Amino acid sequence: MRVNGKSALACNTQLGDALARAPGGEIVVEPMGNMPVLKDLIVDMDAVHWKKIQRVVPWLLPEGEPPEREYIVEPEAMIDITQSMACIQCGVCVSACLSMEVDPEFIGPAALAKAYRFVGDPRDAHTEDRLSDLAEDPHGIYDCTHCFACIEVCPKDVAPMNQIMRLRRHATGDYGIKDRNNGYGHEKAFVDIIERYGTLHESQLLPRSYGQGSLIRSQVEPRALKQLIESLPTAVAGLRSGKVSPKAALIHHKLPDQEQIRRIYHEIETGDGERLELNLYIVGEEGEGGAAEQDPSTGDGSEASTVPGEAGTERGGAEQ
Amino acid sequence: MKVAYWPGCVSRGFTPELHGSMALVGPRLDLEMVELNRANCCGAGVIAEHNQELVDTLNARTFALAQQTGASMMNICSTCQGAQSECQQRLDADDAYREHINTHLEPEGLRYEKGGDWSNKNLLWLLVEEIGLDKLRERVVRPLDGLRVAPFYGCYIVRPTGRLGYDRFPHRDKYLEHVIETVGGTAVEYAGSHKCCGFPVITMAKATSLRQAGRHLADAIDADADCLVTPCPLCHLNLDLQQPDAAKYVERDLNIPVLHLPQMLGLAFGLDPKELGMDKHVVKTRDVQRKVAELAAA
Ligand code: SF4
Ligand code: SF4
Repeated sequence: MRVNGKSALACNTQLGDALARAPGGEIVVEPMGNMPVLKDLIVDMDAVHWKKIQRVVPWLLPEGEPPEREYIVEPEAMIDITQSMACIQCGVCVSACLSMEVDPEFIGPAALAKAYRFVGDPRDAHTEDRLSDLAEDPHGIYDCTHCFACIEVCPKDVAPMNQIMRLRRHATGDYGIKDRNNGYGHEKAFVDIIERYGTLHESQLLPRSYGQGSLIRSQVEPRALKQLIESLPTAVAGLRSGKVSPKAALIHHKLPDQEQIRRIYHEIETGDGERLELNLYIVGEEGEGGAAEQDPSTGDGSEASTVPGEAGTERGGAEQ
Repeated sequence: MKVAYWPGCVSRGFTPELHGSMALVGPRLDLEMVELNRANCCGAGVIAEHNQELVDTLNARTFALAQQTGASMMNICSTCQGAQSECQQRLDADDAYREHINTHLEPEGLRYEKGGDWSNKNLLWLLVEEIGLDKLRERVVRPLDGLRVAPFYGCYIVRPTGRLGYDRFPHRDKYLEHVIETVGGTAVEYAGSHKCCGFPVITMAKATSLRQAGRHLADAIDADADCLVTPCPLCHLNLDLQQPDAAKYVERDLNIPVLHLPQMLGLAFGLDPKELGMDKHVVKTRDVQRKVAELAAA
């Protein structure tokens, strides 16, 4: 339900805390958001939450004959999805989701976190199909407005938004899925602009996003060109108001030591292709030697799970 | 008070009136602002989506440059605040990880050190926690009496509370109201104040994006606001620059001006609206300017 306007699980909300945060000293309880109310505080979770869970094919799709006994998987290979597996399907995040508020068709935080649970599962054989399905859907991974509302309310620290960002990272970085929603183009455009200039060159962001990251493609591909033309009135309004000068729109300064940014990109992006991630959900936030908790054998934390190729890397971790 | 000042990309790009108004307002708050001209983009959530190690390194670089000035850091963008706090949380949580990230900074002679009193705060936090509302009140020469201002925070500065220091400063989600009241205005309550402007998906899900912007603007209008005020230039882009388009998505007239936080302060400090760049908005700020001019005359 919603307690004082904030989506929460009633069973783990302390009355005292709720009272302390109650405007005017009166606790306000309301039914969950983004779902039709059946009666009083009861909402139709089947019509929204469970329907969306079904949408992402929430079961394993392995290839070939099942093994005689169980599937054997290295425990490390599953660490990456433990966070999404912690979900208890309470729907609190769905209730709070700000994209769903304006687009009821958005697949939403719980279902997309569930989708990641299977995308990140080494036993699943349809990773790419799943990703391209979610990338191409106009109400899929690129419909999430990155508002943190789901992270804020989830009682199990699943951080659904982070799972969605992980889905995007796999879709663009690992599979290069050039979706029709410009998700690939937007990420590529932004990342490339910072590599080139160090700070954001906004007037290149739009055309490059529409052109799958390329300025030229944005002006020769009919679909990209159409979107660019549709965005022109906004650009013209910006120029007319004087906030954007034509010079600023065309020329963007590079940082004085831009070669340092290039070097950092080079060091991190080229290499063995492994991405280093630190998942605070897994390693905890203990500070000194926090990561060592992962592996008691390392003792002082000097070999914490943060070196590419070990437990803190892409397969083994992710951010909280 | 000396601060290492990170203006962000957008304040020097599509919202130059933010950078300009901050330059005017800073000295009036006794801020000595050492601008970080060599620092880089915070990544705005997009580089984090692409590669965590890269975004953590880029922001560690900015922090290291700030630490070289011997002062704490100030930003004027909710998105910078959130994106940088996310990286700082990871860098501070794990010594080995921080050391690894620092190896990428070594060739440039830079290094990010955890701890001490060093902090990175948005102007809004700085106003309340370091400068103090009393001092702010002292500097007001033209109280914005009768001006009804709808606060708009930006997601990155209100969520997730666990990362953004709400345990130490539990009222950070009320500061904008406090500041509005301190400079003499009336803070307007409406549904959208802590919601999302929709900017992050403007190129990917335009309807989702502009329906959000449009709805919050409409709610502010219905609550009788004269204008909105925001500490986030990205919110400003969706709420002001995109407002004519947003109106189409919510199928109603909008036309409500959106001020940057330093612009509102500047008005209360008696500065000329033109100097504060208030003519550089897409939605005209004439009515706000007229109201403020009447105040000056009174
Ligand atoms: S971050 Fe995305 S999924 Fe989570 S509440 Fe916001 S819009 Fe919904
Ligand atoms: S992700 Fe969290 S809030 Fe959402 S349904 Fe699962 S446990 Fe509940």
